[in-house]
Amino acid sequence: MSDPGGAVLHQFDDLDQQVEAGRLGMWAFLIQEVLFFGGMFAVYAVYRHRFPESFAEGSHHLDVLLGGVNTVILIGSSLTAALAVHAAERGHARGIVTWLVGTIVLGGAFLGVKAVEYSHKFHDGLIPGSGFVSAQFETENVEVFYSLYFVLTGMHALHMVIGVGIMIWLIALTLRGYITKERQQYIEFFGLYWHFVDIVWIFLFPLLYLLGRHG
Amino acid sequence: MSAQATSAAEPQRNYLNADYGIKSWLLTTDHKRIGLMYLLTMTLFFFLGGAFAVAIRLELATPHGDLVESETYNKLFTMHGVIMIFFFLIPSIPAVLGNFLLPLMLGARDLAFPRLNLLTWYLFTIGGVFTLYAVVSGGVDTGWTFYTPYSSTYANTHVIATALGVFITGFSSILTGLNFIVTTHKMRAPGLTWFRLPLFVWAHYATSLIQILGTPVLATAILLVGIERLFGVGIFDPKLGGDPVLFQHLFWFYSHPAVYIMILPSMGVISELISTFARKRVFGYSFIAMSSLAIAILGFFVWGHHMFVSGQSVYAGVVFSLLSMLVAVPSAVKVFNWTATLYKGSIQFSTPMIYALGFLGLFTIGGLTGLFLATLAVDVHVHDTYFVVAHFHYIMVGGALMAYLGGLHFWWPKITGRMYPEFLGKISAVIIFLGFNLTFFPQFLLGYLGMPRRYHVYPDEFQVLNVLSSAGASILGLGYLIPMAYLVWSLKYGKRAPSNPWRASGLEWTTPSPPATFNFDRTPVVTTEAYHYSEELGAPRTGTDVREVEIV
Ligand SMILES: [Cu+2]
Repeated sequence: MSDPGGAVLHQFDDLDQQVEAGRLGMWAFLIQEVLFFGGMFAVYAVYRHRFPESFAEGSHHLDVLLGGVNTVILIGSSLTAALAVHAAERGHARGIVTWLVGTIVLGGAFLGVKAVEYSHKFHDGLIPGSGFVSAQFETENVEVFYSLYFVLTGMHALHMVIGVGIMIWLIALTLRGYITKERQQYIEFFGLYWHFVDIVWIFLFPLLYLLGRHG
Repeated sequence: MSAQATSAAEPQRNYLNADYGIKSWLLTTDHKRIGLMYLLTMTLFFFLGGAFAVAIRLELATPHGDLVESETYNKLFTMHGVIMIFFFLIPSIPAVLGNFLLPLMLGARDLAFPRLNLLTWYLFTIGGVFTLYAVVSGGVDTGWTFYTPYSSTYANTHVIATALGVFITGFSSILTGLNFIVTTHKMRAPGLTWFRLPLFVWAHYATSLIQILGTPVLATAILLVGIERLFGVGIFDPKLGGDPVLFQHLFWFYSHPAVYIMILPSMGVISELISTFARKRVFGYSFIAMSSLAIAILGFFVWGHHMFVSGQSVYAGVVFSLLSMLVAVPSAVKVFNWTATLYKGSIQFSTPMIYALGFLGLFTIGGLTGLFLATLAVDVHVHDTYFVVAHFHYIMVGGALMAYLGGLHFWWPKITGRMYPEFLGKISAVIIFLGFNLTFFPQFLLGYLGMPRRYHVYPDEFQVLNVLSSAGASILGLGYLIPMAYLVWSLKYGKRAPSNPWRASGLEWTTPSPPATFNFDRTPVVTTEAYHYSEELGAPRTGTDVREVEIV
């Protein structure tokens, strides 16, 4: 049994076993996330197939510019997250903190832009439920599109908020000197999570903002 | 390893006497203690769900609604279903026996993620609290299936609290599955190859796959219902362009595989019981192992059989009908292999074995009537009748619950370090078997004659069968109370258990009863296949054998 840095938990024989177990666990977690979003994407696919015109009309009222800016911001945050993982691999505590802070800033910017978009939708009477003004549309059932828009982007935003929370925790751990080279997996696994959340957006952006726009 | 520690004196240091404080339980990361905490919580839910069943059977003893109003009756069967399915059957074997046994069977010190394991118990309990809140504050009446648009728009009962409870408990289930998968992959003792694993482990591995792949979709469905109900958005409500049948698709995409979350672990238990008490290696080991995986995978492609009359296209119905029949094949493979294991075995009718044999008969009836229901034309006739109710109770109660009780008795000496009274055990196993059949067999007849489920008023000519069913239910209820009483009694007064009272072959039996906190003094090295009953081990018992198998 080898335990450099005292990082091996009692249930594991050595660091390799611990790292592999953690990695498999993280992937299994992401798989269940895929299924969770997959259910919502399936609902989206069914209704898009049923009401193609309503979905096209609904997507015309989304702000492609803000959505595009957010896409760029989020891809940038994937880069900073990857750099944090890279710093962790080499045991650079300062690098970890710097890049995680950078990721938080970009993630915060994304959420800020999202909040602006949501408030526009509120003013335009596009919030599903009692406040929805369906008279402004030529087709029926645009409300279904907006219901899904808010559910999908809302769940995505919730995952980002959770990610920001995890980063704050990781920064605290790093500053306390807990994230050593032997515990770099904390950062690696967070990186996997953050990339997953980004990829969800990479699907959401074209599905909600672009598809059928020029139809 | 220390020699011969078992005597009548206070047992050596073990996971139970390691610490007695309440904090040492509530903050424990020991998989064995967490398993016991699940056992306690789940037993409470079992008796609560059972209380609703008692009320239902009392009401149905007469054809007129003279005990409760129809609204109350709707709440009774809803809460019976919600509690029994989400808070008892789904977690039962994995969270209690699986938690306790998986690391022991793998030769590991704990699950891969002990703290995550504790978190699942808290999630389960918090989910349970929400559901209990719904129960005491007036109940919920949507049926355990939460069908829209009733659940999302019209029901004026506590749908949100219940749905939230189920949603939170779902995460507990997902994380347990995740933990089991990683543990099985990464924590096996040296020499313990995949095809040397006990079939209990295979069954739990397959179950965990379903938990990870299915439960998130239930979360999606419940989330969407909750959002629709809270904010009045149109996702399933046809007034707003939504499609209520889409909810059924999402719901059953999880809830059919959930049937296998409930039954696969019990199949794992049965394999252990039958091989131990027939003193033979399980016949067709690899077929049973692979059929667990086949059930897990095929189970995801049959959900449409719940919607034959929901307006789903007839072609979809035909395909789902065919696939549903296919999924019966791996189940039948198991039953045939168990039967072949019994053939020429030296069978010992201990309590766990009586439960196992009961399982074989009842599961077979439940499975075969499942084929009736998978047949399109027959299903149109018996859909939403008591035939369906009887069918799934044969699987869930006759199958899953019998195996749970059999397993609980089988591993009780290991878990508690005490023997239960064998005579009472046998008597109550037989009472449960008889009571179960008297309760549910008449329901097949009722359903075939056309009595619909979920009504509390029925035509007079159905009364005889209903009275039989209610009488059976009271016998069944008594049958459950007896083990409850003597198992608790045995904690203090039961004979001290040797390390391997059944002379079984699993790694868990090489540890003392009860095991030490970290299970094994030294990591065991496995050199044989599972169920290695040699001539010597298979020989008739001679007194109590407390010899500890040398490990390493
Ligand atoms: Cu089904």
